[in-house]
Amino acid sequence: MVALAGASFAGEIPQAERRSGYELMSRETRAMQDDDTANPGMLAVLEGSALWARKTGAGGRACADCHGDARASMKGVAARYPAYDATLKRPVNLEQRINLCRTERQQSPALAYESRELLALTAYVARQARGVPIDIPVDARTQPFLDRGRAAFYRRQGQLNLACSQCHDDNWGRRLAGNTIPQAHPTGYPVYRLEWQSLGSLQRRLRNCLVGIRAEPYEYGAPEMVELELFLMWRARGMAIETPGVRP
Amino acid sequence: MRFAVAFVAACCAAGAASGGGANAQDSIPASLTGAKGDPARGRAIVTNRQLGLCLLCHSGPFPEERFQGNLAPDLAGAGKRWSEGQLRLRIVDSSRVNPATIMPSYHRTDGFTRVAPAWRGKPVLTADQIEDVVAFLTTLRD
Repeated sequence: MVALAGASFAGEIPQAERRSGYELMSRETRAMQDDDTANPGMLAVLEGSALWARKTGAGGRACADCHGDARASMKGVAARYPAYDATLKRPVNLEQRINLCRTERQQSPALAYESRELLALTAYVARQARGVPIDIPVDARTQPFLDRGRAAFYRRQGQLNLACSQCHDDNWGRRLAGNTIPQAHPTGYPVYRLEWQSLGSLQRRLRNCLVGIRAEPYEYGAPEMVELELFLMWRARGMAIETPGVRP
Repeated sequence: MRFAVAFVAACCAAGAASGGGANAQDSIPASLTGAKGDPARGRAIVTNRQLGLCLLCHSGPFPEERFQGNLAPDLAGAGKRWSEGQLRLRIVDSSRVNPATIMPSYHRTDGFTRVAPAWRGKPVLTADQIEDVVAFLTTLRD
């Protein structure tokens, strides 16, 4: 019982040693992400651009009617999400922000998590932040949410009793069966994941990990999920958005 | 960390009483079932990625198995490095040896957080399965 303390937690990854999952991928998968004509996520971006201009809901308004050209108005926005919502008094992620616009401004029903439309709109908006460094401002309002997200990241969970940090801080670069463990920086979401053969959100990815450690996954949109997203984005601060990312 | 597999405590006590070699804190000398496990069944459990899960983290002398992990020590020679009782303790609850270990506790059911409903109150492996795995690992002497 003596020799434990030292070997336990390697702790946070120094900023200079952070690596996007992109850097740990095969050359072929990197090429797929890099080439817009080969990146399957670009299909969703295209669909999202059409949805951006489509009028919807009782208001008969399109995103573009308020926000204009997303290439200008949404430039860099995704790099700042989850962002604090002063009305709800909590951080909301990009999907939730899009749905808030739909329900409140467009008087249109919220889109379901992981629905094709929500993923497409999210991918289109996040694409306008490609190359932009992640910037999550921390202030007195967001700090408690960030702290809870951090606590969740370091909390052992599930029947296999593993914390996110034990793989993604302490053992990144090693192989879990055939898969290289990444550092878990959410730089490319929504991502096209080869394992899924589809586009998916960060929350879908987080749920996959929770199921893997045999923990009860949080519901889509649950506060705990957004807190974890907030922490992961803060942890990846300064790293460039890659949306639409491709991952194995 | 609480540790509540009652029979483990009992076994450790028995080990101490018998003075049988290894440190009682470091070993569960007696079979969990009172019977010897089956090494062939144990090998099948070790290589089953849904059941034993071992090869997600460990590599081992399993030439037919692709994609073995490297988060944990190679299982080759495990039967030479550890006694049967030491192996049993490390599978039942490796956190007894090192609370910071990433190795799951295969035969502990409490002290966990947010266990998925399907697994709640259940160990990763049954006592029979643990004994099969122990029986197999003791054969890995090279």
